[in-house]
Parts: sequence; C-alpha cells; structure tokens
Amino acid sequence: MSTPAILVDNVTVHYGEVLALDAASLTLDPARICGLVGMNGSGKSTLFKAIMGMIKPDAGTVRINGQSPGRARREGGIGYVPQSEDVDWQFPLSVRDVVMMGRYGHQGFTRRASKADRAAVDEALDRVELGEYAGRQIGQLSGGQKKRAFVARGIAQGATTMLLDEPFAGVDKRSEATITRLLRELASDGCTILISTHDLHALPQLCDEAVLLMHRVLMHGPPEQVLQPENLAMAFGLDVLNRDLPDQDVHARKERTA
Amino acid sequence: MELLLEPLSYDFMVRAIVTTALAAVVCAVLSCWLVLIGWSLMGDAVSHAVLPGVVLAYIVGAPFALGALVFALVAVTLIGVVRNTSRVKEDAAIGIVFSSLFALGLVLISVTPSQTDLNHIIFGNLLGVSIPDLIQVLVLGVVAFAILILKRRDLTLYAFDPTHAHAIGLSPRRLGALLLGLLALTSVVALQTVGVVLVVAMLIIPGATAYLLTDRFSRMLVIAPTISALCSVAGIYISYYLDTASGAMVVLTQGVVFGAVYLFSPRQGLIGTRLAKARRRKAAALAV
Repeated sequence: MSTPAILVDNVTVHYGEVLALDAASLTLDPARICGLVGMNGSGKSTLFKAIMGMIKPDAGTVRINGQSPGRARREGGIGYVPQSEDVDWQFPLSVRDVVMMGRYGHQGFTRRASKADRAAVDEALDRVELGEYAGRQIGQLSGGQKKRAFVARGIAQGATTMLLDEPFAGVDKRSEATITRLLRELASDGCTILISTHDLHALPQLCDEAVLLMHRVLMHGPPEQVLQPENLAMAFGLDVLNRDLPDQDVHARKERTA
Repeated sequence: MELLLEPLSYDFMVRAIVTTALAAVVCAVLSCWLVLIGWSLMGDAVSHAVLPGVVLAYIVGAPFALGALVFALVAVTLIGVVRNTSRVKEDAAIGIVFSSLFALGLVLISVTPSQTDLNHIIFGNLLGVSIPDLIQVLVLGVVAFAILILKRRDLTLYAFDPTHAHAIGLSPRRLGALLLGLLALTSVVALQTVGVVLVVAMLIIPGATAYLLTDRFSRMLVIAPTISALCSVAGIYISYYLDTASGAMVVLTQGVVFGAVYLFSPRQGLIGTRLAKARRRKAAALAV
C-alpha cells in the first residue's frame, strides 16, 4: 500500500464555541486532483489550515506524504494559492517577485536568489505562459493570470502538494480552461492537488474525485457521483437544486419531479 | 553656498543633521513595510507607548532602548488581549492602550526630578543632541537598519502573504514579532530627534510617499530613505534660518513633499495622472 499524499484522520477543530470541523477524515492518493465542495462556513478553509498546520486540531492527525505538516512545510512540499480577496493586489511586487517567493524555502538567510533560483522562476513562468508579463505589477494581470502567477509560485517552489482556495472565482471561461489544463499537467507530473471551490460546473473536467464537506466529510467519490443533486442537497440544503447546478443535472431533476 | 555652510560651523548643528538624517533613514526603511501591512496605527501606538519605558530606564539608569522594547512588548500584548477577549475592536484597543501608556509616561516625567531632560523626549531636542546621544542613536540605528536590510525579503513576504510564509516553513509570528521589535528600536532612535509625538510621522510619511512613486518594493526601499533624509536635512536648514522648532520643521517638510507627490506623481498623483492623460490625448490628436 502506498503512502497517501494527504491523510486527514478524524480532525476536529473548534473556534471558541463554534465547531468548524467535526471528526473530518480524508485520504488522498498521490497525483490526484480533488475538489473540495461545501458552503461558505462548511470548514473548507479550516481544513486547508489544518493541512498546512496553521491551526492545531483539537483532535485527530494530519499527514502529508507520511510526514507531519511541520516537516512537510520545511521541506517545501506544500504550495498554496490564496483566494483572490486575501491578496493585496496593489502590493508593489512584480509577477517575477511573487514567483521568486516560492524559492525562499530553498535559499539562505537573506534569501538571495542564485542562478538556479532564477532559472526555476523563469521555467515556472513559461510553464504557466506568463513569461512576457514577468515584469508587471501583480495587480495589472487579469483574473486568470493572477491565479496562474500563484500556481507558478508553487511550481517554482517544487511543491508536491498544492492547495488552491477558490481558484475560479472572478476568472473567465477561457482562463478557467487554461488553469484546468495546467493543473491536469501538474497532476500527471505527480503533484497532488486539493481545490476548494463552489463552482460546481468546473468539477467534472478538472477533478479525479470530489469531497462534500459540511463540518464533516459527507461523501468522497467521483465528481459525477458527488454532484448528484440529492448528494449536493446534503451539503448545501435544498435550495441548491434550483441553482448552481450543471444544466443536465437540473434537467434530470425536472424529469424526476415531473 | 554661504547659506549651506554657515550652520555647519556650529558643532551642535552638525550633530543635529547627522542624527536626524540617520533616524530619518532607518524610520523610512521601516515605514515601507508599515504602510503596506496597514500598521500605521500600530506605529503610532508603539512609538507613544515606549515613553514610560524610556522614563523608567532613565530613573534606574538602564539603556533607553531596553525600557522602550519592554514597553513596546507590553503595549502590543495589551492591545492583543483587549481585542481578543472583549468586543472592543482593534482600533479602539490600540487607542486605549497607547494613550494610557503615554499618559503614564507623562505622569512619570512629572514626578521625576530633572525634568528638562525628559521633556525633550516628548518634543525632541534636535539642537541639544550630545555626543553620547549621538553614539546611542548611531548604534541602535545601524543595528535596526542592518536587520531590516538583511531580512527585507522575509519581511516583504510576511507583509504580502503570511500564509505562504507559513506554508514554506517560515514563522509569520516570529517575523511579525521581529518587525514589532524593530519598530520599538526605531522609535527610540527617532525619539531623540523629533520626539515621541512626531515619531509616527517619520514612520509613515516616507513609505507612503515612496508607495505613490513606484510599483517595485525594492525601489521603495531606496526612494523612501532618500526622500526622508533630504527632507530632514532641508527641514533643519529651514528651521535654522526661520528660527522655528527643528523637529517639527523636519516633519512638516516631509508632509509637504508627500503633498507634492500626492498631487504630481506621474502614475498615482491626482494631477499628474490627468496631465499624462491630456498629453496622450494631444499626441493622439496630432497623430491623426
């Protein structure tokens, strides 16, 4: 049996009195893309934080490739693509500066860039097709390009596990397709990818598997199965049946209710 | 030329210029991070809250920097405690803690003999900088400056994306603490020159000015201290000839330069951007 890339075992997290994660368990094999689906406040961000070791769970354990989160972080294995609203897009940094931050874990005390670091950054920028925008201030990219810049940071870092928080929010269809292709390529190179999203349309093309989260893992399976309306209703409540669904599912539901 | 050289014939003017320029440079470098993280109010708080620490250090004969560091730590801890354990919001917590500590400092000054010395801490005493003062400012300033420059990339990462810092195994908490420690240290450096009340100006204005002039953080780190040093020297000269308060004149000069940049910066300025637009329109009209 191979070591799972991400193992979340019975993790419980409280914020004060509020229960954010309730004995959540999740096992993800290497080189898989997994979509994490759930409402706002269902514990998606908390699960990310637990995987990155930013919060200490009240109970349960997290292992990244068999290692503790702390060890995995120090080895540079965990890449993180933040939600757009968590980023200060006015920050005076160029795209290249941001991607270079992926190399900091590999650098010395003052984080001086070596030739190898610069080469890794150039390669990552080419990979996400942002080479010509390297000198731009990060806020001057389109929504999709911004996401790709942060994915490039993870590539330059050499991350084997990547966590993406709402990568399709504010991204147009074409960029969404580009990002999907890019992530599929990364996965075929062996990178394990966990994506939190409430964009259900993108899931089947993007993900190998999907997880329904509502404080606990309600379901973990192929995207098609997880996206069944009756399953979504468990995580989102019943009103989801009238919106946010891929078209064919809505039709299927109409036929059933008719 | 005569105008520039005359003040330099006085030793106290030379000391004033050296001390102020040095403090201005260190403060300006630090200010680049403060304005980007949104810690201006924190800068205000810490620079005021160190006062009781400095006074106590004076009373027991310890180095000012030590007292200042201790009280900066006390202030930050208290702010955090009030914010996290009550419904009071952060800006109110900051206001309560720093003004109370500042008041404590004033009370301590009023009951401490040899008041003249300590009153200088509040409004600064540029023209009365002694040799030991100068040495203290020099040592603390150089230490703070060196740490800021050596750790600039980590600090920028902390300011921009603390979650990524954590994800690659750095400690955002430690980086934040480092920045706060340097803030306390820098406050002590600037106390001598412009005084507690106006330190915050030196900790905010240069970074904000540079931010309006460039899209590169590395350039901010050059522009801010350059402008700040030039302003402080200019401010001292102006105060010499107009016979005004020197520390206040330094800050006023920085404020005026910020105002000019705010209006005329080619990319961010209120008027500068309009002029550029008009030029482009004219060029387009000519091209037709």
